Amino acid sequence: MDVTVGQEIPTFERMAGFHAWNRYAAVNEEFVPIHMDDDAGKRAGNPGAFGMGNLQMAYVHAVLRQWVGDNGRIVRVDLQYRAPSLRGLRTIAGGKVTDVREVDGESLVDLEVWTKTEEGTVLAPGTATVALPPSGR
Amino acid sequence: MRALVGQEYGKTTTSVPISLSDIRKWALAIYYPEAPPRLFWDEEYAATTIHGGIVAPEEFNPFAWFTAEGPVLPPTFEGPVRGTGPEEAFGVEGPATNFIMNGGTEIIHGVRMRPGDVITAGLTKVVEYKERPTRLGLMLFTISETTWTNQKGEMVRIIRGTGIRY
Repeated sequence: MDVTVGQEIPTFERMAGFHAWNRYAAVNEEFVPIHMDDDAGKRAGNPGAFGMGNLQMAYVHAVLRQWVGDNGRIVRVDLQYRAPSLRGLRTIAGGKVTDVREVDGESLVDLEVWTKTEEGTVLAPGTATVALPPSGR
Repeated sequence: MRALVGQEYGKTTTSVPISLSDIRKWALAIYYPEAPPRLFWDEEYAATTIHGGIVAPEEFNPFAWFTAEGPVLPPTFEGPVRGTGPEEAFGVEGPATNFIMNGGTEIIHGVRMRPGDVITAGLTKVVEYKERPTRLGLMLFTISETTWTNQKGEMVRIIRGTGIRY
């Protein structure tokens, strides 16, 4: 795999809304009023119900997995939940390579990662490190 | 409250054995409306990968719904949330906040979780308290750290979470 600093990885995109949040709530047992009910979202100071931070984290893992493949490895991910993920906004998970290094025979890649809306509002910025698949895999 | 920094609280939690069905449903939820990668549901394909079989997505939570102790009952999310910080465990009165939010997470991954694995989450350590004025008022950030291990004692995950109360 050829990797260069500054390179952006292919995006992973999903529509935000109850169809995704309810499915996530069902597997993570995360039935929290702010993620289910517009009034609860408004009482917490937001325009309405909003998606789970954990789901943004899952989308960032999905975009990294899509890039390194099944034989690659996600070493670490650090994400901050800055803006609410609101219904009807397309969420784009992406990343940009900031460093490539060899550690104990593994090729590690550091990235700036994010989820943002199609309009460009950053929902969750962060950083990640992945290990590229061993050569030949 | 600052005296709590560096101290551990809570209790260890042990999962029930991870089922293939839980892995598949997790992957379906994350990848909806598209099909999830075969690594999470196709035994034959997964056997050809470096993992030698199906593994869970790295962000999988084996403690949802049910643990070795029984059903997991969620906390109350409305009204005062004094009981949701670490203070209660130490008999220290927390701030009178009304809302709680997940501010951020750092996850350091170890070995992958597989069907049949039993995962244990250790005690939680208070790492730091921070205050910050925001558009929603003064917010309290609580950073805590928990390590998960599997039945072989291998590190599965270290999680540093930032809880926000306001």
